[in-house]
Amino acid sequence: MPRRNDIKKIMIVGSGPIIIGQACEFDYSGTQACKALRADGYEVVLINSNPATIMTDPELADRTYVEPLSVAYAEEVIRRERPQALLSTVGGQTGLNLSVDLAEAGILEKYGVELIGAKVEAIKKAEDRLMFKDAMRKIGLETPQSMLITSVEAGFEFAARIGYPMILRPSFTLGGTGGGIAYNREDLVEILERGLDLSPVHEVLAEESVLGWKEFELEVMRDLADNAIIICSIENFDAMGVHTGDSITVAPAQTLTDREYQMMRDGALACLREIGVDTGGSNVQFAIDPKTGRMVVVEMNPRVSRSSALASKATGFPIAKIAAKLAVGYRLDEIKNDITRQTPACFEPTIDYVVVKIPRWQFEKFPGAEPVLGTQMKSVGEVMSIGRTFKQSLGKAIRSLETGKASTADVLLKELIPQRLITPNPERLSYVRFAMENGYTVDQVHEMTAIDPWFLRQIAEIVEYDRVLENHTFESAGKDLLRKAKRDGVSDNRLGRMWGVDPLKVREKRKELGVRAVFNRVDTCAAEFESFTPYLYSSYESECEAEPDSRPKVMILGSGPNRIGQGIEFDYCCCHASFALREFGHESIMVNCNPETVSTDYDTSDRLYFEPLTLEEVLNICDTEKPDGVIVQFGGQTPLNLALPLKRQGVPIIGTDPENIDLAEDRKRFGALLDKLGIPSPANGTATSEQEAIDVARRLGFPVLVRPSYVLGGRAMVIAYDEDTVRRYMREAVVFSQERPVLIDRFLEDATEVDVDALSDGEGVLIAGIMEHIEEAGVHSGDSSCVLPATSISPNALDTIHSYTVQLARALNVIGLMNVQYAIKDSTVYVLEVNPRASRTAPYVSKATGVPLPKVAVALMLGRKLKDLGHLTGGYTSGVLPVPQYFVKSPVFPFNKFPGVDPQLGPEMRSTGEVMGVGENFGEAFAKAQLSAGTPLPNDGTVFISVNDRHKAEAVELGRKFTELGFQLAATRGTAAALQAAGLKVKTVFKVNEGRPNAVDLLKAGSLKLVIYTSTGGHSFSDEKAIRRSAVMYRVPCITTLSGAKAAAEAMVSRRRDPIRVWNLQEIHQKLEMHSAQA
Amino acid sequence: MTDALLALEDGSVFEGRAFGARVQRFGEVVFNTSITGYQEVFTDPSYTGQIVVLTAPQIGNYGANEDDCESPRPFIEGLIVREISSIASNWRSEETADRFLERHGIPAIAEIDTRKLVRKLRIGGVMRGVVGPGDANPQDLIDAARRSPSMAGLDLATRVSTRKRYEWTQPVSRCSPSERLKDAAPPEFRVVACDFGMKRNILRRLVHSGCSVTVVPAGTSAEDILALKPDGVFLSNGPGDPEPLEFQVAQVRKLIGKTPVFGICLGHQILGLAMGGKTFKLKFGHRGANHPVINYQTNKVEITSQNHGFAVDADSIPAATVDITHMNLNDHTVEGLRHRSHPVFCVQYHPEAAPGPHDSHYLFNDFTQLMRGNKR
Ligand SMILES: Nc1ncnc2c1ncn2[C@@H]1O[C@H](COP(=O)(O)OP(=O)(O)O)[C@@H](O)[C@H]1O
Ligand SMILES: Nc1ncnc2c1ncn2[C@@H]1O[C@H](COP(=O)(O)OP(=O)(O)O)[C@@H](O)[C@H]1O
Ligand SMILES: [Mg+2]
Ligand SMILES: [Mg+2]
Repeated sequence: MPRRNDIKKIMIVGSGPIIIGQACEFDYSGTQACKALRADGYEVVLINSNPATIMTDPELADRTYVEPLSVAYAEEVIRRERPQALLSTVGGQTGLNLSVDLAEAGILEKYGVELIGAKVEAIKKAEDRLMFKDAMRKIGLETPQSMLITSVEAGFEFAARIGYPMILRPSFTLGGTGGGIAYNREDLVEILERGLDLSPVHEVLAEESVLGWKEFELEVMRDLADNAIIICSIENFDAMGVHTGDSITVAPAQTLTDREYQMMRDGALACLREIGVDTGGSNVQFAIDPKTGRMVVVEMNPRVSRSSALASKATGFPIAKIAAKLAVGYRLDEIKNDITRQTPACFEPTIDYVVVKIPRWQFEKFPGAEPVLGTQMKSVGEVMSIGRTFKQSLGKAIRSLETGKASTADVLLKELIPQRLITPNPERLSYVRFAMENGYTVDQVHEMTAIDPWFLRQIAEIVEYDRVLENHTFESAGKDLLRKAKRDGVSDNRLGRMWGVDPLKVREKRKELGVRAVFNRVDTCAAEFESFTPYLYSSYESECEAEPDSRPKVMILGSGPNRIGQGIEFDYCCCHASFALREFGHESIMVNCNPETVSTDYDTSDRLYFEPLTLEEVLNICDTEKPDGVIVQFGGQTPLNLALPLKRQGVPIIGTDPENIDLAEDRKRFGALLDKLGIPSPANGTATSEQEAIDVARRLGFPVLVRPSYVLGGRAMVIAYDEDTVRRYMREAVVFSQERPVLIDRFLEDATEVDVDALSDGEGVLIAGIMEHIEEAGVHSGDSSCVLPATSISPNALDTIHSYTVQLARALNVIGLMNVQYAIKDSTVYVLEVNPRASRTAPYVSKATGVPLPKVAVALMLGRKLKDLGHLTGGYTSGVLPVPQYFVKSPVFPFNKFPGVDPQLGPEMRSTGEVMGVGENFGEAFAKAQLSAGTPLPNDGTVFISVNDRHKAEAVELGRKFTELGFQLAATRGTAAALQAAGLKVKTVFKVNEGRPNAVDLLKAGSLKLVIYTSTGGHSFSDEKAIRRSAVMYRVPCITTLSGAKAAAEAMVSRRRDPIRVWNLQEIHQKLEMHSAQA
Repeated sequence: MTDALLALEDGSVFEGRAFGARVQRFGEVVFNTSITGYQEVFTDPSYTGQIVVLTAPQIGNYGANEDDCESPRPFIEGLIVREISSIASNWRSEETADRFLERHGIPAIAEIDTRKLVRKLRIGGVMRGVVGPGDANPQDLIDAARRSPSMAGLDLATRVSTRKRYEWTQPVSRCSPSERLKDAAPPEFRVVACDFGMKRNILRRLVHSGCSVTVVPAGTSAEDILALKPDGVFLSNGPGDPEPLEFQVAQVRKLIGKTPVFGICLGHQILGLAMGGKTFKLKFGHRGANHPVINYQTNKVEITSQNHGFAVDADSIPAATVDITHMNLNDHTVEGLRHRSHPVFCVQYHPEAAPGPHDSHYLFNDFTQLMRGNKR
């Protein structure tokens, strides 16, 4: 069966913003699908609200709609574009759900659109847990016993049948909120009552627990001719009970005999056929009882998933790409294996190395959330590593995490060992090792963790060899010792620490002794066939397969694991750097360790090194490749931290000089520069002791903003209104400050914040975007919505911003991209910070202006001048790029995954992703952005307002607006008084501690539709928090700044006024070209 | 730390750590790319005369157990791996892989750069080699490797075949309470299985699909076989080169037309020769569990388990009398044959799997179908 010719135009649904559980793996799959289908001559229409994705680049689809992933907007796109088919399986859960909704709303039928990939019936059969269990029983596969419970009594009866512990999952709650594990009667009562209460349908799925069983996943593919293959088996290091997304996982499975593996394979194929996923990739999860071998199916995902991205990177088999081809009718045996070229894609990859994935968590950003792991995913990112053995791979994975901690964390406490082993938590891996260092046996640790003894034994052996190493000195260490250490994944840093020498000395010595890293290929076939793709990983084997080229080449350092503050935006820039390099005739070499990304697709760059972003590993690659240039300004803070050390080792960094990057990060030197240029910045000072901090704060006057140097995402940043806060901070901050001073700024209250992205060749400067933040300064730039073009900034201020930016770019001799953050207060423009690198907003600005910023930046780094790049910038080589419409970027927060956390926005970034809204006017763009961000604004009902005294006047304005729009008002006493005084009708509501029914009761009862609750400054009081928290819990949009509230009002006006309309980027950029033609 | 050596006839020497039995052995060095199933590989008689390199880097993780043995003992001459586990972790495990090999006198070397070795074999073709102690003189080992006999022209099948006839009655058994496995069919057919180095799972599969099996030595004549009044004859897998097996080929030629015949691996090659074809030696063979094979009758692809160094030459097949039913999608070699006028068919790969995917179990039912058809 060759490709289908009855289909010409295919619509692909993306996965929207990055959220916990749905990250850039779907940019990877979507991008592959777009590329594959277009390569095959299909016209591709894409809808995805996330502007930071590669897939939403105008080059990737024929029509790119950055629009809300809602039925209404998707229908409008379908109405305009009339695709014949819709591919439902590459956009994650979001894409799948929207596809189903479109089908059920009869829209697909209405416009004659065929669902390809997975049909609605199949999707439902897989997604509905009960239907799924029935289906599995029908084909003789076991699943954990379960029952839908609607009362606590029913819970007891079920418990009597299956016993404790029991897994409880409330139906249809946000991210499984309210679920849990009941170990006894008390737990059951508590969790059930909460769960039934939280579940909109008052239902909880109770399930037999298989905690402690071994968890496995198989990645399966099937074509229309029913050829089915397993791409990869994955074994979870953490036993059942820890979500696969939060588990350390290992590929291939390590502890199954062939008999058992084949039993699982047969089960997975039977499952796929019964569910009826007719083409593409699916993921089936199994659990096996380590005592009896009993096996149950946990679940199956009828689409490409996070695990299939991992499996693709782990094996070199591009699941999403192939899935797209299968969806349009190809057979597996009609598709070639890119890597071997000779052999077909219809085979099962075999690998001769071990892959380890470790998730990255950020509980520290969500005070109030308990750092324990369970059946609900909490990690914000992950790293993958490839090594010849498990030990080597584990060592590399730990390094890739960049937790700042060494593989043996220093802050571990003996007395915590049992607790940290028994209850899964982010530090458990460190504690396993620590426990063994403290004499725990494999059996004891297994007892406490249920982690398979084989894995534990591996760690025990690492610890044992540490002892051997420690008994040596730098001088006494010989070749065999070092070789074994490196083959077991021990880093130069660790050896250096052990022997009290500089890691670079260790590196020098081992190289002299001939203990050098070599590079092996990921080739899908364990070397049985020749490989034509340089997809490489380092090892300490005896033969190097890198075969470097002699062409001019540039190496790009990626951004490592996703984390809040450093996410997909930076991968976007790295990928573009790579595309640009290839276009400019340079060989592009990518280095990264994040399996979710497009940058780690072997298709993206000429050569891919899947390696940790550490000095050691990057230097090893440089030894082999000898690149002509290395780009550090696209990967966020990760490569920046390597810039100077690399330069000192003689690595040619291109673009802005690392010394100047350092200058911009160094408060003292940078402050001096600003003074020299006469550019104002908030009064500030630095401190290395508690007393010093107090003195500085007194001098500057409160409120002050305190923070460590060298972090991204406003990590550990607080606004201090009093000395206590400063004191407390200084006591806790030390951990983060890494021997660097704490920075203290005068905090500018109610200032307007502005983000600027600019391109510079050191002389010429082109301002790409001046973004006005919706929320005032004090809300992290990554957490505030912003709009292009700026709507309320005076021409004078704009001019000032322009000239400051140009001066700064020149002063820092910026070559490439630069980002500046300003705050405007009382018509004075202050510089908050300068980042001489690509910023989080680069993709958003690129999409709004139609100018590919990273591409231009690369040209500049290669030595071109702005004035010669007019063809890339729509003719503009100085000044500010125009934007033809309104583009609002809004952040997306993971609060629903961390119940009990106060959603009040602040200077510490907490959003995981972003969306973009496009409109004719600000209101329209903002309304779309809010809808896409998952906080749709209500059309009617009661708006609850509570603001601090500073804001009462503005609150009245708002109140009036909302009344005009036909909303009722409710407010706490103070605010209510102000509103009534202004003659507005308002219902006074108790604060939580004042009596009942209070605001929280009303929220629960669903009688409040929108909450506007600004912090009363200082430390916000418990009842404020309670109200904001419950708003999140009951999915009532909660706005915590007045500026945000004003924007919301405008959005509602637009919703009344403007029709549902969509624009694709291609037509928007068309307008621009006409623009510049006239210009 | 080096206490074992592998020397190849091309003069290269690999250093590693000794496991299993501390003895010197020579053999043809071949590689297998299966991720699981090392124990089935150790005990597959088809590996007689071969030193096996496993591409999967972590070996021994799940130990060894009696049920997963494909024959009474390991047949490999030696084992080469990247790393061998010091413990066994699996509910079915009875001892560590290391202990299992040692008990049966098989030498193993770990901490070898197996990927380099495999690339060498892929590019240069299989080579003779010697596994020896770390303190041995490398040159002596290289010479020993060069002096050792080559596979081509060796009759190993007779050497490993059973000496006396026996009955096999055991069907496939579950490895877990959750394994989906059809109950064994009641015995309906008398099958005589010629043992050229047969894997147990073939016997289990035959019984499972309704055969009562009499296993006879490789040297059994067609007359003696037919005297047992079989409903069908099965020709097993086995080690080495099919060409020297002239006696067996002659017997099989006599069976064709008289009774249904089904052959696997060496059995397939013998049938190929008996039906007028030729065989040749592959550069580095097919050994693994992921080889795609297309079945021309169903036009579907099977992922197959393979272990062979020789193959039937497609061009040598008399198209008038024999159909090529299966083909390997990697290198387009012959994977299956069927006689046009007589109930005779065979496959080069291993439908009994062990180790490997179960995609091809249907062939055992094809065999019983064939016998049923032939009875009427
Ligand atoms: N019955 C169970 N007993 C113990 N742990 C379970 C059970 N069911 C699921 N889990 C754990 O919860 C995690 C998430 O469950 P899963 O059904 O995969 O939901 P999701 O759709 O969120 O992946 C699994 O990875 C597993 O570790
Ligand atoms: N002096 C200040 N006054 C008011 N707000 C500030 C001040 N300094 C920083 N901020 C707020 O804190 C946020 C984070 O500060 P920034 O220096 O940008 O850290 P990061 O490097 O994490 O982006 C800014 O986006 C801004 O909203
Ligand atoms: Mg799951
Ligand atoms: Mg900032």
